[in-house]
Amino acid sequence: MKTIAKTGNEAMAYAMKQINPDVVAAYPITPATEIVQIFSNYVADGEVDTEFVAVESEHSALSACVGASLAGGRVMTSTASQGLALMHEILYIAAGNRLPIVIALVNRSLSAPINIHCDHSDTMGSREAGWMQLYCANSQEAYDSLIIALKVAEQTAVPAIVSTDAFIISHAMERLEVLEDEEVQRFIGEYKPRFSALDLENPKTFGPLDLQDYFFEHKRAQIDDFSKVLGTYNKVAQEYAELSGRYYPALEEYKTDDADVAIFTAGSTADTAKEVVDGLREQGRKMGLVRMRMWRPLPVEEIKAALGKFKAVAVMDRSDTMADFGGPVFLETRGILYDAKKKPLLTDYVYGLGGRNIDISDILRVYDEIEQVVKQGKIDKLITYLGVRGEE
Amino acid sequence: MASLKELSKRTEGLVGGHRACAGCAASTAIRQILLAAGDKPTVTGICTGCMEVVTTIFPYTAWNVNLVHNAFENSAATVSGMEAAYRALKRKGKIDAEIQFIAFGGDGGTYDIGLQSLSGAIERRHKMLYVCYDNEAYMNTGYQRSSATPYCAHTTTSPAGTKIPGKPQKRKDLTEIIIAHEPAYAAQATPGYYMDLIRKVEKALAADGPSFINVLSPCVPGWGYPLDQTMNISKLAVETLFWPIYEWQDGKYKINIKPREPKPLVDFLKLQARFRHLLKPGNEHLLEELQAEVNRRWEVLLRKEQATNG
Amino acid sequence: MSMKFDRPMNWKELPAGCLIDEAATSLRFKTGDWRSMRPIWDAEKCIHCLFCWITCPDTAITVQDGKMTGIDYDYCKGCGICAVICPPKASAIDMVREEK
Ligand code: SF4
Ligand code: SF4
Repeated sequence: MKTIAKTGNEAMAYAMKQINPDVVAAYPITPATEIVQIFSNYVADGEVDTEFVAVESEHSALSACVGASLAGGRVMTSTASQGLALMHEILYIAAGNRLPIVIALVNRSLSAPINIHCDHSDTMGSREAGWMQLYCANSQEAYDSLIIALKVAEQTAVPAIVSTDAFIISHAMERLEVLEDEEVQRFIGEYKPRFSALDLENPKTFGPLDLQDYFFEHKRAQIDDFSKVLGTYNKVAQEYAELSGRYYPALEEYKTDDADVAIFTAGSTADTAKEVVDGLREQGRKMGLVRMRMWRPLPVEEIKAALGKFKAVAVMDRSDTMADFGGPVFLETRGILYDAKKKPLLTDYVYGLGGRNIDISDILRVYDEIEQVVKQGKIDKLITYLGVRGEE
Repeated sequence: MASLKELSKRTEGLVGGHRACAGCAASTAIRQILLAAGDKPTVTGICTGCMEVVTTIFPYTAWNVNLVHNAFENSAATVSGMEAAYRALKRKGKIDAEIQFIAFGGDGGTYDIGLQSLSGAIERRHKMLYVCYDNEAYMNTGYQRSSATPYCAHTTTSPAGTKIPGKPQKRKDLTEIIIAHEPAYAAQATPGYYMDLIRKVEKALAADGPSFINVLSPCVPGWGYPLDQTMNISKLAVETLFWPIYEWQDGKYKINIKPREPKPLVDFLKLQARFRHLLKPGNEHLLEELQAEVNRRWEVLLRKEQATNG
Repeated sequence: MSMKFDRPMNWKELPAGCLIDEAATSLRFKTGDWRSMRPIWDAEKCIHCLFCWITCPDTAITVQDGKMTGIDYDYCKGCGICAVICPPKASAIDMVREEK
């Protein structure tokens, strides 16, 4: 274990170096460009054994990853925003084929208007693609999560996206504890693929055509594989904690034991909210924070148990569903709580789109308002657009 | 080059029981290509399209070699990823075999939606052969025009109407676009001239880098001709100069068949329903235009051959 | 190789992934009943040039030791390519209407 200073992008590239994949096929995109750039330096300097495929688009990046993974390789890539959108078609194909590809991703808003800053619309728009999704709160977590995700992906044959917030994490320098290369290698172990298109003894046909008679069965089997991700994740996160001393639950609770209200959010905002909670506690206000880290699969029981404790919860969503019903975390959380024995009053704050700054005063306002909801015993405004001009 | 007798002793790469239309040239072309490649371990990929659809209906596959189907526009990128993984695994001693890679795509998946993916894979110099089975339209979805569809051909999205006589634009010359990438080898072929195609596959696979073969593949329902005429049409395409078969390597062109007396283009066109409207009175000028265009392209090709072999 | 062909598999029986984990399983799918014309091969006339074999789209011409041995009616779709390509001096394949 050693301590170094790294940005989120450097931390992710460093984890990729230590994982030392067989193939990385990638295309640069702001603000994830550095990951690819740094990694190609590792390749140029012979610090990894990876075949680096500098493709001509993100669509080809993930397509080449699918080919490489079907050929039995350990495969990673990196992207953000429009890049993930261009990969969208192939996300489903990678997952359907059970290819444990891992994407080091930086969350950036989706065009239009074009913007290079943080929100979660890119990965939230890919929720149904069959990929595990981990949202990180800082560089340390991004580094650790990439290693954990790779192992979970390979054990479950489910691909994974590990993401950080554009610029707020991707470009911010942070002190970071990293494992030794050998420790990472020992932790992830040798990759033993379920099948390989280079197996000449038993030729197979990958990605065949299903008609009405088989498509549903194939999807049902995929859903079953996906249902094993959370359990595997919990086990691997525990193993990682034993190795590194850092434990990352699928759902994190911060000072929730005696709290009446909580904010439920993700990413770097959760780290900021922790500071706010500490301040509020000094004033004697019993408030907590729940951080969603894994959003695919949904840690349903964990969410029910965690949020069921509160009288009211404010979800903070960094993207909108365009359903005229708030953000995706809010929508899905409502679904999860529908049959919970104890459920809080739930409101949604859509915030930070396109990198709009979210500061302590914004978060304080949310805590104030959610406290008000408890006092009144009812919700006046279900969905609030926080920090946008022209909004009350 | 392997003789037919030798080839017949190899294991078939594409077996029967697939659901291609009776008389489908693309099936024959893929069979011939896999036979030509069949003396070495071969791993393949294919774009979504006719051939993928008819040969991989779960749980029935006609493929006797590993086949990877990813999506419509990306068989070049997909196979390039396989080739990269192969190199990595080989370096690490996890694979010993010498494997050759072939990617297939129709003209829709190659000329149109997959052109970028193919261009990228060739520019990156992956050692793989890309084969376009060019049946000159989107046959899988019901004969829609592609950029490979010839001038004036009737398709369901370039119908021969009362005002517009079929596809208003000329076909894109994909082989020349690929040659501009300076691959290790590039060629045009057609399964009617099977020995030529087989030789080209051998040459392409032996070349040190990316190679490309554009295989004109007549389509019975899409072109509208009697189903036993597939190989004749394939040959007529060459004999009328509609589809010159030639190759390019190390900067040099070589035309493989130069008909001493080229047949008139109409001999090729008149057998096909997609050109039937051109034979109606009043459309003579279109026939002339088509013939002139074929002649012009042939002249250009001859000059290229001359210039690069001087 | 875990696939079943005698009945539709349920989702738990499928090979793990999205694949057909055997080669050439289409041999279990007979396309011979598509035929409306049947190629009849005359062994006497055949000069074993193998032109029919190399151009058949359905791998339905059987060859052994470099010699044509017959037509596999399980897969032959009756396109007639073989009859057309058979050299005139041999004319070893005739197309006849299929009896239903
Ligand atoms: S009729 Fe067609 S399918 Fe049948 S053997 Fe002849 S070429 Fe093959
Ligand atoms: S083409 Fe005719 S002569 Fe040649 S092998 Fe076939 S049947 Fe015999």
